[in-house]
Amino acid sequence: MLEAIFDRARDAHRTAFIPYVMAGDPDLETTAAILTALTDAGADAIELGIPYGDPLADGPTIAAAAQRALARNVTVRDVLDLVERHKADAGAPIVLFTYFNPIYQYGLERFAHDASDAGASAVIVPDIALEEGEELSAVLAEHGLDMPLLVAPSTTPERAARIASQSSGFIYVVSRLGVTGAGTQPSTEALREKIRVLRATTEKPLAVGFGVSDAEHVRAVARLADGIIVGSALIDAYAGADGDDAAARVRRFVEPLIAAADFSAP
Amino acid sequence: MQQPDVRGYFGEFGGRFVPEVLIDALDRLTVEMTAAFGDPSFWREYDEVLRDFVGRPSPLYRAERYGDAARVPLLLKREDTNHTGAHKINNTVGQALLARRMGKKRLIAETGAGQHGVATATVGAKFGFPVDVYMGAVDVERQALNVYIMKVLGATVHPVTGGTQTLKDATNEAFRVWAAEVEEAFYVIGSVVGAHPYPYMVREFQKVIGVESRRECLERYGRLPTDVIACVGGGSNAMGIFAGFVDDPQVRLWGVEAAGEGVDSGKTAAALGAGRVGVLHGSRSYLLQNAHGQVQDTHSISAGLDYPGVGPEHAFLKESGRATYVPVTDAQALDAFFEFARAEGIIPAVESAHAIAFAKQLAAERGPDDLILVNLSGRGDKDIAQVRAMTGDA
Repeated sequence: MLEAIFDRARDAHRTAFIPYVMAGDPDLETTAAILTALTDAGADAIELGIPYGDPLADGPTIAAAAQRALARNVTVRDVLDLVERHKADAGAPIVLFTYFNPIYQYGLERFAHDASDAGASAVIVPDIALEEGEELSAVLAEHGLDMPLLVAPSTTPERAARIASQSSGFIYVVSRLGVTGAGTQPSTEALREKIRVLRATTEKPLAVGFGVSDAEHVRAVARLADGIIVGSALIDAYAGADGDDAAARVRRFVEPLIAAADFSAP
Repeated sequence: MQQPDVRGYFGEFGGRFVPEVLIDALDRLTVEMTAAFGDPSFWREYDEVLRDFVGRPSPLYRAERYGDAARVPLLLKREDTNHTGAHKINNTVGQALLARRMGKKRLIAETGAGQHGVATATVGAKFGFPVDVYMGAVDVERQALNVYIMKVLGATVHPVTGGTQTLKDATNEAFRVWAAEVEEAFYVIGSVVGAHPYPYMVREFQKVIGVESRRECLERYGRLPTDVIACVGGGSNAMGIFAGFVDDPQVRLWGVEAAGEGVDSGKTAAALGAGRVGVLHGSRSYLLQNAHGQVQDTHSISAGLDYPGVGPEHAFLKESGRATYVPVTDAQALDAFFEFARAEGIIPAVESAHAIAFAKQLAAERGPDDLILVNLSGRGDKDIAQVRAMTGDA
C-alpha cells in the first residue's frame, strides 16, 4: 500500500520525500505538531521512531532523541495513539521505525493489530534482517502492514536480490556503512552502482537513507532513487525547541529539501 | 555438546538480531571460523600461545580450609593464574588469531570493568594490531587503573557517553563502530553474547577451561566432579568450564548470577533469575527489562557481572534443565571474598567470589564422597581499591 506514494511522487516528477522524527522528542505534543507541519509541507510519508534505549543502528543524534523521549516514559502504546490522532487529521502515511525488543515484548501479533488499527502503513525494524524477519513480516502482512527491509553497502548482490523479493512497501537502501547520522556524505558512485544492481532484480521502489542531510544531497539522490529519507539532520534542526516553534523550524528545514526532491528542476 | 543450528540458535535462543550492514561480516566470520576450527594448525598455534604466553594449563587447586573444604572436597580451576589475571585472555588469543587469519587491520572491543579490554589490548600488542576499546564513561572513572593499563599496552580507550555509560552502552558503541569499519576491523566480543557465531565461537575459545579441568580431575582424583560451579554475567567462564562436562549427565552444573541487592530488589544483574526473554546485542536470550521492552539498569558489586543480558546458550541450558542458575548477593560475595582470601591465601575476583560463596552453600548439602569444582575465573587485585572503599578500611 505504501508503494502508491512513490507512484504519485514519480507522476509529479519528484522523488518521494520521507522525513524521520522520533516520537516523544522532546514530548508527544511537539511530535504531533511536527507531524502536521511535515504533512502540510508535502512530505510523502513520515518515518516515526519508537524510542528505544539501545539503538544499535543509530548514531548519536537519534540515540539522544530516543533518550529524551524515554525520559518522558514514551511507550509503544503512546506512539500508536499519536499515529491514530495524526491519521484522524488526514496526516501523511506513517512508517513506524522500531527496534525489535519493544514490539517483541508488546507482542508481535498485538502490535501488528494495534499499529494497523492506528492507521500506520508500514513498520521498519532495523535490527531485523532477512533471516529473522520471516515471522514478523508475515504477521505484519496479515494486518495490511508493509515491512521494508534494508540493503547495506556490504550486502552481497545475491543477498540483495533475496532482500528485494522479501521487502514490501519499498526497499531501504542504506547509503553508506555505519549508523544513521549527518556527517559523511554518501558516495554517489557506490550508491549508483548499488541501485543499478537492485533495479536489475526488482521493480519495487528504492528509498535512500543514512547521511542525507542537505538539499545538495537530496538533489544528487533524487536522480537515482524513488525516495529519500532524512532523519538526523531534521532532528538537529529542531534540537532544543518544542511545540509550534519546533514545528516551524521543521517546516523551514524541509521545504528546500522537498523542492530539491523535484528532479524535473534544472 | 550442543552446536548451534545453521541460524545460530541453541533451542529458541541465539540468532542474529543485528542491522543488515553487519550480516555479511558475520557470514564471513562464520566461514573463516569454521575453516579455522577444522584446521589443526590453527589449534596448534592457539595451544602454543596459551602455553607460552598465557601460562596454561592453569592449576587445579584443592582448597583445604575454606568453608566445608576439609569435609567436602573442593577443587578450584585457577584461571586467576593466567597472564592478565583472568579467563578473558583465552578468548582474545583465539579471536586475535582469527583476525590475523582474516587479514583484518585492527581490533575493536567493548569492556565493562576493563578486564576484556586489557585482554584485547594485550593480544593486540602481541600480534601487532592497533586496538580501540569502547568503555562506558562511568566505568572509565571507576576503573582508572585498567584504563591506564590499556594505554600502557598501546590501546586507545574511548569513553562512551550515551545511555547509562556502562557496559551495555559500550557494547552498543562497539557494534556501531564495527558497522562503520566492517571491512578493516575485527570486533573481539568479550563474552558468549552477541549475534551468531559469537556465542558459539567464544565458547569454543573458553572450552579449554573445561577440557583441562575434566582431564586433570580424572587423572588426579580418578573421577568426575559431582558439581561444577561458575559465576555468570555474560557467561563465558561458565560456558568454558561447563563445556567440559555438559555431556556427562551425572555432573551437576551451577551458574551463579549476581543478585546485587537481591533478585527482587530491582537492583540486580541476574538476567536468568529476574529477566524475561528478549533481544539485546544481537541475540535472543533472557534479559533484564521493563514492561515496555526497555533494557533495565543493572546493579552488582562486580563490574564483570553487571550486564543486563546473558549468553543464549545459558538460556538454553536453563530451559533444558541441564544447568541450574542461582543468585548470590553483593553481601554474600563480599563475605566470600574475605573468607576465601584468608582461608586459602588467594584473593579471588569479586566475580569469582560469587561462585565461591555458592560453593560453600552447596557443600553444606554434600558429603565427603562428592567433589565440587569451582571456576576461579580471575584474581582480585583489580577489586582491592573498591573493596577497601566499600568496607571503609583506611
